[in-house]
Amino acid sequence: MTTPTVDEIDSDKGKIGRAPVGLNWPQQVFQKLREAEIRQVVYVPDAGHARLIELCHAASDMKTTVLTTEEEGVGILAGAWLGGERGVLLMQSSGVGNCINALSLARVCRFPLVMIVTMRGQWGEINPWQVPMGQITGDNLRLAGAVVYEVWEQESAASAVEAAMRIAFNGGFTAAVLLSQRMLGTKLFKDSSHGR
Amino acid sequence: MDDNEDKLRRRQTVARILADRGDALVVTGLGSPTYDCAAAGDHPLNFYLWGAMGSAVTVGLGLALAQPRRRVLVLTGDGELLMGLGALATVAARKPDNLAIVVIDNEHYGETGMQRTHTHAGVDLAGIARACGFREATTVRRANELNDTARLLYKAQGPVLVDIKVSATRDPLVLPPWDGPFLKTRFRQALLGAKTAA
Repeated sequence: MTTPTVDEIDSDKGKIGRAPVGLNWPQQVFQKLREAEIRQVVYVPDAGHARLIELCHAASDMKTTVLTTEEEGVGILAGAWLGGERGVLLMQSSGVGNCINALSLARVCRFPLVMIVTMRGQWGEINPWQVPMGQITGDNLRLAGAVVYEVWEQESAASAVEAAMRIAFNGGFTAAVLLSQRMLGTKLFKDSSHGR
Repeated sequence: MDDNEDKLRRRQTVARILADRGDALVVTGLGSPTYDCAAAGDHPLNFYLWGAMGSAVTVGLGLALAQPRRRVLVLTGDGELLMGLGALATVAARKPDNLAIVVIDNEHYGETGMQRTHTHAGVDLAGIARACGFREATTVRRANELNDTARLLYKAQGPVLVDIKVSATRDPLVLPPWDGPFLKTRFRQALLGAKTAA
């Protein structure tokens, strides 16, 4: 594997705190999704997920569905499982709050649910509006019954996703992987990109 | 509830629609549509939602994408659908041709004391679905339209939404199972085979 540049990993410029470049973690996570036979990828986009989303869109055996709100993904993946397909839900941490009541569907029916969450409001966040939800994301998920894997280094992302999928698909649990801002880099609002 | 006598009755309407289900997969929204569906006869390929309000359409969408050769019918109410209106946009953007949504629209929240919903104020669910890009979307008010409605729901290229205006009645409770893992596993085994994992 060639060593990617920062831009190849994440086109969102103006960030601090990124771990040393050298790992193409989106490609590694994508490979794990492939090995797990993920067929449905549902998401509300985030800059941190941009490369992974591109890879999933390009995969002929993955159906990608953009959501208007993250809770739709909980329902869609329950339906996918009823129909014999595995899926994952990609979102930013602010979307976790949108999912809380819908998570009861996964929990009460023991539907497998894998959430890959890019964090905001956490490591060096400069937008104060992101902080309240970012600071309670993990606790909210745990209160809702999720198994939570917090990832701080790019090196750990793919193995955490693999572990989350294993526990979710074998046991009918909700499992969430939180990809930290320290790993992804913190948005500095110095360029033309405006994340929420 | 002034002109209830002239309106369609929900139980008979749902029974009429489900009579033609064939091998369709059915997802119901919480509250009266779940009871209406149970009253028409329990079925292993019924997945009843008892909570997660606003999720009936999205469960149907995920199922329709996973089972493109089977018809998927979402049977829900106006209140349940209104809680997840964005899902209509998501369905329309995805355009599954095997997904049909039928709204049993009594213009009230039947479970909580018959408070009026937005459809009573004139919000047009079929119009919203049409504007989103559903291939078929219509409002039905009369019994003589139900044969065409059933044809639309099971045969037309989806996504389809039919908003059926019914009277705001309280019908006898007919409660299907509500054990989630049971409903899930029963559905998967009926659809995917007995050896399917839970």
